[in-house]
Amino acid sequence: MAWLTLLIVLPLVGAAIAWFAGDGLARQVGFVVALVTLGVSIAMALAYAPNSTAFLQFTEHVDWIKAFGASYSVGVDGIALVLILMSTALVPVTMLAGWHEMEGGSGSIRGYVALTLILESMMVGVFAATDVFLFYVFFEAILIPMYFLIGRYGGAKRQYASIKFLLYSLLGGLIMLAALIGLWVQAKQQLGHGTFDWATLSQLHLDPTTEKWLWVGFFIAFAVKAPLVPVHTWLPDAAAEATPGSATLMVGVLDKIGTFGMFRYLLVLFPAASLWATPVVIILSIVSIFYGALLAIGQSDIKRLIAYTSVSHFGFITLGIFAFTSQSQSGAALYMVNHGFSTAALFLVAGFLISRRGSRFIEDFGGVNKVAPLLTGAFLLAGLSSLALPGMSSFVSEFLVLVGTFTRYPSEAVIATFGIVLAALYILLMYQRSMTGMPGETVRERVTEMNRREIVAIAPVLAIIIALGFVPQVLLNVINPTIDKTMHVVAVADPKPALEGTNS
Amino acid sequence: MMLAALSSFATPNFDYVKLAPVLIVFAGAIVSVLVEAFVARTQRRSVQIVVTFLTIAIAFGAVLNNYTAKREGIEAMGAFALDGTATMLQGIILVVGVLGALLFAERRVDPAGDAFAPRASALPGSSDEQQFTEAGWLQTEVWPLFLFALGGMLLFPAATDLLTMFVALEVLSLPLYLMAGMARRRRLLSQEAALKYFILGAFSSAFFLYGAALVYGYAGSTNFGGIATALSKMTNNEGMFLLGALFVAIGLLFKVGVAPFHQWSPDVYQGAPTPLTGFMAAATKIAAFGALMRVMYVAFGGARWDWQPIVWVLAIVSMAVGTIVGVAQSDIKRMLAFSSVAHAGFLLLAVAAASKDGLSGSLFYLATYGVTTVGAFAVVSLVRDATGEASHLGAWAGLGRKSPFMAGVFALFLLAFAGIPLTSGFIGKFAVFSAAAASGATPLVIIAVIASAVAGFFYVRVIVLMFFTEATEATASVVVPSGYTRVVVGVTAALTLVLGILPQPLLDLAANASTFLR
Repeated sequence: MAWLTLLIVLPLVGAAIAWFAGDGLARQVGFVVALVTLGVSIAMALAYAPNSTAFLQFTEHVDWIKAFGASYSVGVDGIALVLILMSTALVPVTMLAGWHEMEGGSGSIRGYVALTLILESMMVGVFAATDVFLFYVFFEAILIPMYFLIGRYGGAKRQYASIKFLLYSLLGGLIMLAALIGLWVQAKQQLGHGTFDWATLSQLHLDPTTEKWLWVGFFIAFAVKAPLVPVHTWLPDAAAEATPGSATLMVGVLDKIGTFGMFRYLLVLFPAASLWATPVVIILSIVSIFYGALLAIGQSDIKRLIAYTSVSHFGFITLGIFAFTSQSQSGAALYMVNHGFSTAALFLVAGFLISRRGSRFIEDFGGVNKVAPLLTGAFLLAGLSSLALPGMSSFVSEFLVLVGTFTRYPSEAVIATFGIVLAALYILLMYQRSMTGMPGETVRERVTEMNRREIVAIAPVLAIIIALGFVPQVLLNVINPTIDKTMHVVAVADPKPALEGTNS
Repeated sequence: MMLAALSSFATPNFDYVKLAPVLIVFAGAIVSVLVEAFVARTQRRSVQIVVTFLTIAIAFGAVLNNYTAKREGIEAMGAFALDGTATMLQGIILVVGVLGALLFAERRVDPAGDAFAPRASALPGSSDEQQFTEAGWLQTEVWPLFLFALGGMLLFPAATDLLTMFVALEVLSLPLYLMAGMARRRRLLSQEAALKYFILGAFSSAFFLYGAALVYGYAGSTNFGGIATALSKMTNNEGMFLLGALFVAIGLLFKVGVAPFHQWSPDVYQGAPTPLTGFMAAATKIAAFGALMRVMYVAFGGARWDWQPIVWVLAIVSMAVGTIVGVAQSDIKRMLAFSSVAHAGFLLLAVAAASKDGLSGSLFYLATYGVTTVGAFAVVSLVRDATGEASHLGAWAGLGRKSPFMAGVFALFLLAFAGIPLTSGFIGKFAVFSAAAASGATPLVIIAVIASAVAGFFYVRVIVLMFFTEATEATASVVVPSGYTRVVVGVTAALTLVLGILPQPLLDLAANASTFLR
């Protein structure tokens, strides 16, 4: 069954229906379509065989542009599967949570719903593509709906934020295009015909210098996307100006394209260059962890703060990927999913708060726990998940990343661990300043308890965060075989412990 | 004695079928002149429209006939070559020509008539002009001029002799100079544009002619085959040849609009009547680029190592000037002019590649760029305020709220210019860039992608203006056009999208066509 094509087409059809349904019904239509899409992706996940020997499953292949050797080829490995599941789960949640968030924008309601669904289709496409050309097409095309979502429905500085978002990503993408062309030329020289098939390209024997250049080209695009310091500056602006729903999808899903690309393309297509670049990437990751965390502490705008926490979290993810141990990579892959849900929880609850109070600034809140205890509880839970408290899903992944890194790079792991302390600081400071204390008059007047729609939207996210904290094995069972295969391609084995345990 | 001389005189061999597309258009142009002379003024416009479209249709039929019969050959004593490239370029130029003619025929957009001054000779702002406007006079001389220009464009990329090429160059240019000065609105700007275009154009023609003379001095022939043979044999006098080749190239680069020979284009794009700008921007670039490639590949191909570095430099300069200066523009037509300079730079990558893939990639690029350009100018011609076209970018702010459909179509064209995937512009760029990379021009490709990102800024800026800004009183409005312009906008938008998603048929066509006879 063509699961992936169905998942790509379904939201597109939904977008068309929502558009023609008009402003009155668009949200209902969109929500139902997003739920159906989620159902399909769950059904696909159930059909996935984690222990199969094939790297990719549910593969489809149709020739597309023969002149370039590009094809419509899709398929998923364990990482892509969990990311698709996460993306399709977040779309209905953000739609429900942000039911009214598009009303003040300069675009129509139906436009917002249609753009969100187009975005969903491309999110599935970008994770499912196994043809590098197709991946690039989704990678760039996905910018357009996001650009309109920020620019038409965002906050006061939305023009600036949307243009910055687009230009950063476009530049990164175009540099990747140059590398992509370079790779294609290599294939053409070695095979006699150009191809973009990921599996075929991974068999090429690249000259070490060429491989490094191509690696750099892809890495820049992924680093902008992820984002790593120093190419992260678009994220706080874009996340602060986007509506909470769009910000969730941008930070929670779109940014994962970068780290996903590192797994799927950097490691597999350029294994030697990936090892060569490891020291630099690890330093960049540690810088990101601390820079993101320190800047988060200094923020006065809740949404910017959340954006900076993500910069810090992405530092952990790339650290895990480039530590090259199976534990750290499993942790990184799991972190990608967990970060999606915990960021969603933070952004959406923050969205509830901001829409009530009419301000994004922490100083305008205070004492919310007196007037809206449920809302406060949800905010606390989301925050604790972000700071990786044991019992929350993100703890498992952060722990795996650090433990895995420690076996190969002990000092780097020790340094990175201090990032957790800073995480506690930025979350708890924000909580303290906005939720505790005596509520001011405006807060008392405006901040009301969560309504039923908001509870229904946020409850599943919080439930997933807690559930995955206790049974991460559900996802790890799917992720680990893929990590093993990736490690095999890079030809790296886990470091041997200095002392072997004995059973005697 | 006399008789003997005559009998040894070989009559040139003309295969009229191969020449048919060019001859048909010129014949149509002559008929069109006769219509001017003999048909009553009230009926002239409709008759001219019929003659023009009929001519283009028949010529297109002739091109199709040549294509399906795979006719190839060098005709008229080496003056004219019909090969895959020539046939394909003629087809593309005729398609762009139809789109351009449709824009010429539009008369519902301007309340006073069409886009052309009722009497080009009447002084701007004079009472004469007012009288003609009030009487509802329409300029019908544009139709024969249009057909002559079109005929020259068909001949230009097929010419295999520097002299034929020069004739084609002049035949296509002179009508364009004239028509550039015929705008109904802002006539002074238009006349200034025409004068600049003419003077700089004449200057570049002189370069071309001088270069042709030098090349003749070196090779003893103006024929491309003869020049190529001479290049392969002779080793002395290279300096004369190189100077001549450079001058010939300058003449062509001027028409293509490659920096630093682009100085005319912003003024002319801005001043000329918009339907003409769209037609000229697309079709001249296609024809001139075809001619440039034929000269470079066929005649000067043997000296590739000498001219390739120059092409590299020109490509870089063109991309840099087009994108960086383009960012600073505040007039939509000037912005599109600089965009076309940048695109000329991208196209030069194909010349730098000097390979079959480069040729076929540039054919695809030219086709898609031409279609998108005509579409973009069609939309520009519809955005108006009380004084005429509102080409100042400030008037475009909030257009997306007032007319979401037209603004959306324009956004699509801009995304195609920017080379965003799922538009035809991306496929074209990919084809050209990959050909250049395969020929080892990797640094050029890297510069090109960075230039694309910079260019992205000014395309995206217009989208921001249209969609992310609230409409004010200064916002222009989109006029509802007649069927002519609607067809152009619809067809170009559809092609831009379809060729971005399913480019294979046109890519195949371009790959099969990418041959040059010599």
